[in-house]
Amino acid sequence: MTAILEIDRVDVRFQVGNTDVSAVSDVSLQISEGEIFGLVGESGCGKTTLALALIGLLPGTAEVQGAIRFQGRDLVGLPDDQMRGLRGDRISMVFQDPMTSLDPCFAVGDQVAETIRAHRPVDRRTARDRALQLLHDVGIPEAGRRYGDPPHHLSGGMRQRVVIATAVANEPALLLADEPTTALDVTIQSQVLDLLRELRRTHHTTILLITHDLGVVAQLCDRVGVMYAGQLVEVAPVEEIFRAPRHPYTQALLAALPTAAQKRGALRVIEGRVPDLSDPPPGCRFAPRCPHRMTECDRVPPIAAEAPDHLVACWLSEATQAAAGTSAAERSAGRSRGASA
Amino acid sequence: MNAMAAISASGIAVQDRPLLRVEGLVKRFPVHSGMFRRGAQLHAVEGVSLDVAPGEVLAVVGESGSGKSTLARCILRLIDPTAGRVVFDGEDVTAMTGRSLNAFRQRVQPVFQDPFSSLDPRWTVGRSVREALDAHAIGTKNERDARVADLLDRVGLSPALAVRRPHELSGGQRQRVGIAAALAPSPALIVADEPVSALDVSVQAQVLNLLSDLQRDLQLAILFVAHDLSVVEHISHRVAVMYLGRIVETGATEDVFRDPQHPYTQALLAAIPLPDPSQRLRAPELRGEIPSPISPPSGCRFHTRCPVAIARCTEEDPEMTDFGGGHQAACHIARARREQPA
Repeated sequence: MTAILEIDRVDVRFQVGNTDVSAVSDVSLQISEGEIFGLVGESGCGKTTLALALIGLLPGTAEVQGAIRFQGRDLVGLPDDQMRGLRGDRISMVFQDPMTSLDPCFAVGDQVAETIRAHRPVDRRTARDRALQLLHDVGIPEAGRRYGDPPHHLSGGMRQRVVIATAVANEPALLLADEPTTALDVTIQSQVLDLLRELRRTHHTTILLITHDLGVVAQLCDRVGVMYAGQLVEVAPVEEIFRAPRHPYTQALLAALPTAAQKRGALRVIEGRVPDLSDPPPGCRFAPRCPHRMTECDRVPPIAAEAPDHLVACWLSEATQAAAGTSAAERSAGRSRGASA
Repeated sequence: MNAMAAISASGIAVQDRPLLRVEGLVKRFPVHSGMFRRGAQLHAVEGVSLDVAPGEVLAVVGESGSGKSTLARCILRLIDPTAGRVVFDGEDVTAMTGRSLNAFRQRVQPVFQDPFSSLDPRWTVGRSVREALDAHAIGTKNERDARVADLLDRVGLSPALAVRRPHELSGGQRQRVGIAAALAPSPALIVADEPVSALDVSVQAQVLNLLSDLQRDLQLAILFVAHDLSVVEHISHRVAVMYLGRIVETGATEDVFRDPQHPYTQALLAAIPLPDPSQRLRAPELRGEIPSPISPPSGCRFHTRCPVAIARCTEEDPEMTDFGGGHQAACHIARARREQPA
């Protein structure tokens, strides 16, 4: 499969007062066409920042380095007007709270139609018919009657369906969904997850799902990337992540999930807390909380392939060690070339 | 009460008198806005009865609009019920005034979802924890200082944090402060409304462990209101499932999760996204959404979404049927199945 999205050594820093916060650190990732990729991690791990960098919605205090290539075109530093042309058309977004995407004063159907007309030269009637069809497709009952309703007449689940209808209106190549079901009840969540699955099946849409919910990831995704404190620590097919997690953080995260099988009061916890990203640990950022901490952990572990599909960034991994060896060799080769020049 | 002391499914001795008894609780709110005519009412809780034994964890689960938080607020007497009674340790809470109400407020303590909104941002952590001791004049000044340090230690926080303010703490630390404050007057019952739903998984595990430890060490009863069924299955001895203001199923947690009787409980359990890619859900069991509690459906309130509803369900409100061992469900179909096994 061809990569639709290539995230190449991306760093995101925020200037907060006089301090420099490293929100995303050296993340590289490829997402294939038509796959559902889950980016997981706890609050502050940088997953949403990475997504916002992708669509150019970071605030002015943020500085992005590296390249984010979408269908071969670098999005970092893309002028605003070109980015606006992509957003809502080739790349669209669904956020946790539907009310951040919907205008409270306008009919929901018109909001879907407007997204179509913003990117396509169609007349009002055509846009209206298409919007109505979309509302119907995302499972809004009596879509015709609902078309003219303002968002507050709809329930949370229905509003999220409207947002999804808007997001897919122009048949985007990439749908970015940031915690799309977190605010929904569990029975509604399963309906929305089903809708996303259906979307990929019928339109071959690539979906980048950002979530903290490992259950949602297990249910929906093909591949998973795990982030911790701004670093990407592991990437693998979903079955692999749950069956044989390699990174100590991924292992600890899965072990912390409550189940009935675990004795009450005996859930595995991760001691300590997330580091301050204005002064992160020098190497692996999980090291201060890691049960396997070694002296090597003070250097940043490169992410490398343990198995063909399974990438991990941990000094316990032979792949990481080998990759570090190579890059050290490359560096010294580079230095000697520089010296001889 | 007669001598019906027995061992409940939770392994805890059920005494003649439960610690908390809720009888036929009803709470309706008047609705004035929008298209609803004057006099319309929101039926938040419609005839809920439950018991909590000393030292027991009872989880009340349900989706938004099920009435679970309203129930918790009635039990805490933050609001007064429209009808029915809340009986704590043999005394009618709804009729309490003055000193008895004051004593009740020491013995039943709340823990809320967002500790940031329940802690005063201008107060130090120590002052927040100490407030209940001051308000109820428990101990001398020095004793209270020592007790604050003890309580912080008990919830796994360094007593040195006593001088900090809430914004200096992480979410997990704040929730620990909220729990320490709740423990201050040595309560017998904690009413915890979604205490871990704002926390990250690793922090959630810490707080769940803490609540389990407290329950065991202090023989604390906990009414645990939550929507996350994995959390509920892990922490509770018994569970009550609510839908549109009613309890539709209740019983020992193991029984309800292993052998759910009510179609709503079955659908709810089937909708949990399990963290196991080999167990993917098939098509969702439930279509549609929870109806408006302003004009709830006739008969069984679940019939509009129920995959197995029959004509009778639209007319007749099902009564609770016992399925053995205190496992009860209110469903015509489940009842018929029990009476005439195939």
